[in-house]
Amino acid sequence: MHAESEIRIPLILGNKNYRQITDDIISPIEGKAAKGWYILTSICALCFLWGILCLSYTIGVGVGAWGSNNGVDWAWDITNFVWWIGIGHAGTLISAVLLLFRQKWRMGINRSAEAMTIFAVMCAAIFVLLHTGRPWLDYMLFPLPNQYGSLWPNFNSPLLWDVFAVSTYFTVSLVFWYIGLIPDFGMIRDRVIKPWQKKMYSLLSFGWGGSARHWSRFEEVSLVLAGLSTPLVFSVHSIVSFDFATSVVPGWHTTIFPPYFVAGAVFSGFAMVLTLMLVVRKIYRLESYITIMHIEYMNIVIIVTGSIVGVAYLTELFVAWYSGVEWEQYAFLNRATGPLAWSYWIMMGCNVVSPQLFWFKKIRTSIIATFILSIVVNIGMWFERFVIIVTTLCRTYVPSSWNTYSPTFIDIGIFVGTIGMFGTFFLLFSRFFPVIAQAELKTILKSSGESQKKSTQIHHAHH
Amino acid sequence: MTTNKHIIHGIFGDEVPMMEAIKKLRASGIRIKDVFSPMPVHGLDSLIGIPRTRIAICAFIYGLTGLGLATLMMWYMMISDWPNDVGGKPNWQYYFNIPAFIPITFESTVFCAAHGMALTYFLRCWLVPGAKAKNPDLRTTDDKFLVYLDLNDVQAKTAKIILKENGAEEVNQVKSYVVEPKYTLEETH
Repeated sequence: MHAESEIRIPLILGNKNYRQITDDIISPIEGKAAKGWYILTSICALCFLWGILCLSYTIGVGVGAWGSNNGVDWAWDITNFVWWIGIGHAGTLISAVLLLFRQKWRMGINRSAEAMTIFAVMCAAIFVLLHTGRPWLDYMLFPLPNQYGSLWPNFNSPLLWDVFAVSTYFTVSLVFWYIGLIPDFGMIRDRVIKPWQKKMYSLLSFGWGGSARHWSRFEEVSLVLAGLSTPLVFSVHSIVSFDFATSVVPGWHTTIFPPYFVAGAVFSGFAMVLTLMLVVRKIYRLESYITIMHIEYMNIVIIVTGSIVGVAYLTELFVAWYSGVEWEQYAFLNRATGPLAWSYWIMMGCNVVSPQLFWFKKIRTSIIATFILSIVVNIGMWFERFVIIVTTLCRTYVPSSWNTYSPTFIDIGIFVGTIGMFGTFFLLFSRFFPVIAQAELKTILKSSGESQKKSTQIHHAHH
Repeated sequence: MTTNKHIIHGIFGDEVPMMEAIKKLRASGIRIKDVFSPMPVHGLDSLIGIPRTRIAICAFIYGLTGLGLATLMMWYMMISDWPNDVGGKPNWQYYFNIPAFIPITFESTVFCAAHGMALTYFLRCWLVPGAKAKNPDLRTTDDKFLVYLDLNDVQAKTAKIILKENGAEEVNQVKSYVVEPKYTLEETH
């Protein structure tokens, strides 16, 4: 059995045994939903519906319905795409990278973080599929034999790399998530009594039995998938950054983009995980599994990635000055002092200053402070993409193509719609799916459970 | 001569006494057919003689397949079928373009390795939608550990004693059946 130092803080609080873990995880599924759940789901579903209406309108009349214009041809669409994709990265980081580093604290949060990844990538996909202008021709993004003869996509283009990266990322994350869910669906199937629930979870559990051979394969598959997902997650946001970095637009054409985008993605993703987790642990009373220590650890990741992002911002400024390229220098001067300077300073405030507050232990262990700051970080990261895309495109090489930008209500509607979709899916997930990987959690109960740790300490004292 | 066989379920509430019991069963030459548990139990595989799974080797082979397919696809589409000259960067030779082809080669490798392995896992364990639950007792996905034995008369007797002595909460003989030998001595003569 895995042994752990006595002075380490337990990961599972309270006096729990295997049965109680089962009971705690299944209670939202067996019990009735609270009034709050219905209210929240209704609000999210309404936003989602509004988004669908705006989306349908865009398909009907074309992307002219958006605020994008001749100079600013990428605006809210790509800002939202990059924002959502970035949010997704935390789920994979928690479930894959922390698995490779044997960080046991991931087990309280990995399931819902991965769910968040999947829903976030779905939201991101909406924007890229829509911004092509004729979404019914999106199949032409893939190298399919077609009626135009030898018309293949350009494999030298980072935009096509992105198609492959995002679709690989989405499908692999989905499979990784589902493989982990199967044993937990098996547990629910064996517990529920209502016939429709029994049927549904039998179907979802794929006939899981928990035999020793299956567990041994399960562990191997999880490990290899983690090993594959780790470089995958870094590649995805690197490739997203190539969309900008390989262009010749001043302010975009920088080699710092891949690491800076990946750090930013993890930064915003962890903020979103915190926003969701703090709500979930409260509603479903999961304080024993998502402890203050989990929150503190996630906040530490936010300090690290937030500081990397801060350093990247400063490096960009330095390199723009040091390069001696006037276009590059102007691009950054324009960001900080131009007509959209307010968005630059929101970005700086939210992403560089606010995470530094987590150096104080009082703040990083406070639930309310964490909740507020996690939302602040997400706003900041949205503005980062807005600054990179819109502020830059407003002022490109030729002053005659200089332009300004403001979103239309359709732009805002689709964005609000994706937030609604994300919320609706996440709320449905938290109601019908096991929100914590209970089978994995049971493996650390003996070594990291609070009461179990105490009893070994007493045992040691006797010797 | 016919043999009587007995299926025995030894149910434990904790993995530590179960592991002890399994060690003793193995020491007296009893084969463990399977163990059902709510979570993976480390060290169990070697104890009951399960060889290490080769699924990672499969993943490697699927990955190589993905790498090969992506290379072939990009060579055919970009170099052989319709070479282009985009922005003064011509596609006359594959090796000219290798840097630009690396991202998709990588993604395709990961895609095939991950999905190939996942499919192999599902089929090898027969985890498919609509498959019947494989655990013989509902409690094994909750908090019980079940040692599944399929033994003859003599071994069944010893196994039951060992299980009980080592803290099994229940020892159930769920089924007994008779195995007819395929060939009797008279027939072979």
